[in-house]
Amino acid sequence: MPSEIPADALDAPSAAAPPSIVDLFLAFAGLSLSGFGGVLAWARRMLVENKRWMTAEEFNHLLALCQFLPGPNIVNFCAVFGVRARGVPGALACLTGLLGPSVVLMIAAGTLYRRFGALPKLHGVLSGLAAAAAGMIMATVVKLAEPLFRFRLGPEHAVAIATFVAIGVLRLSLPLVLLVIVPTSIALAWRRTNDK
Amino acid sequence: MTNDSATLAALFLQFAILSFFAVGGGGSAVPEMHRQTVEIAQWLTDRQFSELFAVAQAAPGPNIMFVALLGHFIAGVPGAVVATVAMCGPSCVLAYAVSHVVDRFREARWRIAVQAGLVPVTIGLIAASALIIARAADNNWVGFAITAGTFAFVHWTRLSPLVAFACAALVGLGGFV
Repeated sequence: MPSEIPADALDAPSAAAPPSIVDLFLAFAGLSLSGFGGVLAWARRMLVENKRWMTAEEFNHLLALCQFLPGPNIVNFCAVFGVRARGVPGALACLTGLLGPSVVLMIAAGTLYRRFGALPKLHGVLSGLAAAAAGMIMATVVKLAEPLFRFRLGPEHAVAIATFVAIGVLRLSLPLVLLVIVPTSIALAWRRTNDK
Repeated sequence: MTNDSATLAALFLQFAILSFFAVGGGGSAVPEMHRQTVEIAQWLTDRQFSELFAVAQAAPGPNIMFVALLGHFIAGVPGAVVATVAMCGPSCVLAYAVSHVVDRFREARWRIAVQAGLVPVTIGLIAASALIIARAADNNWVGFAITAGTFAFVHWTRLSPLVAFACAALVGLGGFV
């Protein structure tokens, strides 16, 4: 229904003709090996600024949707974008473009690791990288948790800590823990939305 | 390297289940990947897991490609493909199936509550990943110093984390870690 289209979507329409299957594959293949630790930023630049296949608004909505759903965000994003542009073949083109080159790179890296990973020099390099990777995830945790610091200690802090202890310290099964903790956390959040 | 069909089937099943439980993104599944592949199946050691994780982080491309590297280590080229398809396929199908419904209820109270409820769970899971990688990687004070230094670098500067990774690699090359 026309009345449901948000006004700002009309202000900046995305390209009229949807990209072809080949366009989709090539565009996402170009993303595959770009960017370190943040393919999403490159995806935004490519889709919104260069190709103009989406408006900034559309990009943000689809991203929010993919962060809401389980699984790797950029991969889900790619699948839903592809399907909306060119149906299931479009989704497959986007996914093979995004993942294909990376899988090949990982196979090459894995082969080198198997052959040379035990050499003392490389072993040292890998130990250094692993220690750095731990620090980088800690920075991610703090960045994600920053909005929570605005609240006084409350149920959401308890949920985060309980999840950390159950999974990181007690090493319980993820599906089991989530089946208990996710409904609890959603119920607590539901109560908070009521308070507002 | 075991690339018999039983290993591939087990790998596929584990990662396909994980695909649905990776709340907030692929990184949330790292602790369970560790539990399944290192603790239960013992396909690789704690140290190998953390090293492969680091290689995937230092490489370009989506971070989730760690599963391809892990799959390759466990079951060769078929393992890399099976792990990738299993981790990405189910969540993509789910995303496709529900995207219109979820989109329509963007402002609905249940959607806001679900989204808000998942945030602290995601934070707890990523924190658990950090603990698991740090426990395997930080064997001496140099390791701890690299972890702390990288954290500070990524948190307080806007420079590429690759700079921190390069420094960490050099310290490692010197044989200090």
